[in-house]
Amino acid sequence: MGNRLCGGASLTCLPSEVMNIHEYQAKQLLAKFGVPVSKGIPCTTADEVHKAFDTLGEPLAVVKAQIHAGGRGKAGGVKLVRSADEAKAVAEELIGKTLVTHQTGPEGREVKQLYVEAGSDIDRELYLAVVMDRAAQAPVVIAAAEGGVDIEELAESRPEAIAHHRVHPVKGLMGFQARAICKHLGLTGAEAKAGGKLVASLVKAFMATDCSLAEINPMIVTKGGEVIALDAKMGFDSNALFRHPEVMEYRDLNEEDPKEVEAKKHDLSYIALDGNIGCMVNGAGLAMSTMDVIQLKGGSPANFLDVGGGANKEQVTNAFKILLSDKNVKGLLVNIFGGIMKCDTIAEGVIAAAKETGLSLPLVVRLEGTNVELGRKLLDEAGLNLQTASSLDEAAEKIVKAIA
Amino acid sequence: MSVLVNGDTKIICQGYTGAAGLFHSKNSLDYGTKLVAGVTPGKGGQVIDGVPVYDTVREAKDATGATVSMIYVPAAFTADAICEAVDAELDLAVTITEGIPVADMAFVKDFMKGSDTLLLGPNCPGIITPVTETAGCKIGIMPAYIHKPGRVGIVSRSGTLTYEAVWQVTSNDMGQSTCIGIGGDPIKGLDFIECLKLFQDDADTDGIIMIGEIGGTAEEEACEFITEYVKKPVVGFIAGATAPPGKRMGHAGAIISGGKGTAADKKAAMAKAGVHVCDTPSVLGETMKKVLG
Repeated sequence: MGNRLCGGASLTCLPSEVMNIHEYQAKQLLAKFGVPVSKGIPCTTADEVHKAFDTLGEPLAVVKAQIHAGGRGKAGGVKLVRSADEAKAVAEELIGKTLVTHQTGPEGREVKQLYVEAGSDIDRELYLAVVMDRAAQAPVVIAAAEGGVDIEELAESRPEAIAHHRVHPVKGLMGFQARAICKHLGLTGAEAKAGGKLVASLVKAFMATDCSLAEINPMIVTKGGEVIALDAKMGFDSNALFRHPEVMEYRDLNEEDPKEVEAKKHDLSYIALDGNIGCMVNGAGLAMSTMDVIQLKGGSPANFLDVGGGANKEQVTNAFKILLSDKNVKGLLVNIFGGIMKCDTIAEGVIAAAKETGLSLPLVVRLEGTNVELGRKLLDEAGLNLQTASSLDEAAEKIVKAIA
Repeated sequence: MSVLVNGDTKIICQGYTGAAGLFHSKNSLDYGTKLVAGVTPGKGGQVIDGVPVYDTVREAKDATGATVSMIYVPAAFTADAICEAVDAELDLAVTITEGIPVADMAFVKDFMKGSDTLLLGPNCPGIITPVTETAGCKIGIMPAYIHKPGRVGIVSRSGTLTYEAVWQVTSNDMGQSTCIGIGGDPIKGLDFIECLKLFQDDADTDGIIMIGEIGGTAEEEACEFITEYVKKPVVGFIAGATAPPGKRMGHAGAIISGGKGTAADKKAAMAKAGVHVCDTPSVLGETMKKVLG
């Protein structure tokens, strides 16, 4: 089953369709469902971190950068500290720092928040996750007796070390499944009981919050025999947020691209890329194809933008503004297959948007659909720096040439 | 002929009196679709745009003999609407609505176990069988005018990209037997394999266009099926070759996608299965024309 599970790793499971939250928030949420977590205090300043160390009152604490990405430890974003002063010094270094991990991309993420957590006496590290799996059409629990940061290598080298258990989409996790998972994790006696409770609580939390992904890596067994979630990452189904105001509260706009936030406000689907040809298309499949063909013709798309079924003047103008706010953009490609929207209406929208934004960059428009001849005529006579094209290939060739 | 729906199929519209329901139902009716009833709880007894409205799917079915439902019910209630259609033992529920919580669809699929009702969608453009140049059975949001009756079957995960394929088939002097939009959601009804089988078994379909996209392994599994069962020529395209991998949260994303679901994997699977793979959607029409001779 291993390789057939779904991540949110595609544009049809758009990254923007999963809302992520910080580790400290995930722990707050999971604790409500009975998942054991260590004591911890979220902080935004070095002074708060100093105070937090004392409040926790433990000889050992961990200062953790809070960003929506994994791999923080390897990148220096997780530091063990033994005094309030040491904690403060670490905080001063981390706050405002741009952390680059293998999950942030090369541009990294700025650290704005920290989490100070009581240290743990770790005996061993395990891996536990629950993910909404398209092949299983249900949540699936993933468990391995080897946790920590090398789980990806394990998946490649020894996939049999990873157990998968399909959870009934209505009933939830069964007792026999929890026991099998604990056995696979090598837990016995009291630890197995604690582990079983944790897994059950995790699945309950997952299903109660319309979670798409909940990962505990590592889940630890302490020298005292406690089973605790030492890290927690949770991402939620954006389609379900309307029924989870408590999850919506955890949204951190700082972690989202401002262009994507703006796009969402206008019901546009936008994902920033790093090329220089801005694209506006209706429909996700056609939008992806447009990006593909641009690359095929030697160009580089600056974004994915699906203007959806409402390509009226206002929407097109909103879309143009967002595309043009990307300083890398040297030209625009509009590809609209108008079904219900007529091509002359779309053309009027494009012309108005170009005029309102004072567009001077090269623009190629490919329209197809009802009233296409009228639409093309309007565009040709608009007196703008624009070319029309009758096929997607032709449109891509023209824009690549225009910005060369 | 066609698959699943034809010019005589009677359909009902759930969510008929909502804005989307009314608008798209009118377009279906203008195309000659036999839309015989609307369903909106609480609005039973009214007649809107010549279509009688009922409170429940079962009442609508009993009164009209309809066998297929077209669902425009808003996302928060769509799962319930699908279950109602299944419970009323319709042959097919076509779910246009997008934005349905994934957990709801997991529940619906579980609810449907043991039922003979087929589900198409959600988050899909629908299904259309053209019967003449200007009329046929249109269950969804696709523009009617680009379609023409013919012998090419189309199955696709995408909306507007499907229209691109349809347009090219029509512009190359061919036509469509049936176009099926299976939709873009991860947990859905009919997938590629079921549709490919329908087209292979349809005496009036000569060639099949298959349009996939990145994510999941449905196309790869479909290609294994093509090797075993499909003898008719298949022309394919995969969207998203240049899409970046999703921003991963945690390690589970990497493990579970495990490098699969890429456009390259799918194209390779298609080529291995003898599918004529197009690198751009602009050549779908001419490729099919060539392949059909």
